Amino acid sequence: MNRSTIDLLVGLFVTAGICAVVFLALKVGNLVSLDKSSGYRVEASFDNIGGLKLRSPVKAAGVTVGRVEAIRLDPDTYQAVVEIQIDDNYKFSTDTIASILTSGLLGEVYIGLDVGGDTNVITDGGQIGKTQSAIVIEKLISQFMFDKASSDTGNDSSTKSNE
Amino acid sequence: MIHKTLENMSRFLRTVGNTSLAGISRLGYLARFFAAVILNTPAAFLRLPLTMREIYFTGVLSLTIIVVSGLFVGMVLALQGYDVLVMYGADDSIGILVALSLSKELGPVVSGLLFASRAGSAITAEIGLMKTTEQLSAMEMMAVDPLARVVAPRFWGGVIAMPVLSALFSAFGILGAYLVAVKLIGVDTGVFWSNMRAGVEFWPDITNGIIKSVVFGVAVSLIAVFEGYDAKPTAEGVSSATTRTVVESSLAILALDFILTVLMFRGLSV
Repeated sequence: MNRSTIDLLVGLFVTAGICAVVFLALKVGNLVSLDKSSGYRVEASFDNIGGLKLRSPVKAAGVTVGRVEAIRLDPDTYQAVVEIQIDDNYKFSTDTIASILTSGLLGEVYIGLDVGGDTNVITDGGQIGKTQSAIVIEKLISQFMFDKASSDTGNDSSTKSNE
Repeated sequence: MIHKTLENMSRFLRTVGNTSLAGISRLGYLARFFAAVILNTPAAFLRLPLTMREIYFTGVLSLTIIVVSGLFVGMVLALQGYDVLVMYGADDSIGILVALSLSKELGPVVSGLLFASRAGSAITAEIGLMKTTEQLSAMEMMAVDPLARVVAPRFWGGVIAMPVLSALFSAFGILGAYLVAVKLIGVDTGVFWSNMRAGVEFWPDITNGIIKSVVFGVAVSLIAVFEGYDAKPTAEGVSSATTRTVVESSLAILALDFILTVLMFRGLSV
């Protein structure tokens, strides 16, 4: 095999490798994520964010419209402040309610946006005032058990007192 | 009686000591050999046609096996993964499962193992046979450094070819998974790709795979050229050197993979 053929084949080989990396970067990984460059940031404070993580999706009516960019604890109010990046194509009214939801019982945690009726929209650096915290299942269960226990003993004592 | 036991014990200890010393000196020899190959790097790139020829032999000729096994690994992964995921109603995540396992683990590791047995063994056999037929000595007589003329181009050819093969393996694996998941099982195309894109990051997921493949390329190529250069100049010596190349590089790939995964797990996922 002469030199130019080898050079040509090696060139094709390396080009194919570069194409594979580009394929992995663009089609598989989101190297060029459009929502990173074109989007506006909004803050929302929650009492409890549960299992919310960075890059968790933000959905309105089930459609992903943005992602969680930063999470921090406000040292004064002890609330979790979540920074959300929302796609420029979508505008939300100022009375939008942000709530932390879970898809299914074991699914991923996301922020759901329920749009209100106000005509003013939230702009870059704005704040979502109305929020609803994550539901912590342990708390729910313990509350339920406590209520049940107290109602049971309450009934017992009432029946006893009646006798 | 006691005398004899003592003698047996000392003989045993001497064997242990001898084996450890031989192992350590071999490791030292490997390190010095590695340094010598690195020092001869300019020779490999000044005479580019030599390195090109090696990329052709180790890379281009390995394409068939890499592409075909990549396709099949991806297809099997999609079938098996779908079986489990569908139990939890998470069959939409099949794309993430396949893309992450291929780009982070299976791509570099399986293509590394294939590369070791397809190209590494060939390099060892070639250099070993050159040594046996005294071609290396002849070069030295002509004041041509075999490290620069024979070893460095083969080493760098392998180091360059390995990441390319690994990337192709991952890409074709994902294509295979696409064929099975979308065309055969009937997962929605959009869901397949969009979930994959949402779950896989270029940095660190895919770059970690590339780093791994570069490290494996260095390890396999180094072991292959070293075993060939160090082979006993007999037919039997070459055959056992070839076997050692495959065994040692496979073990090195698996051990390095674990170490790299621990480092990446600790360093990048916090």
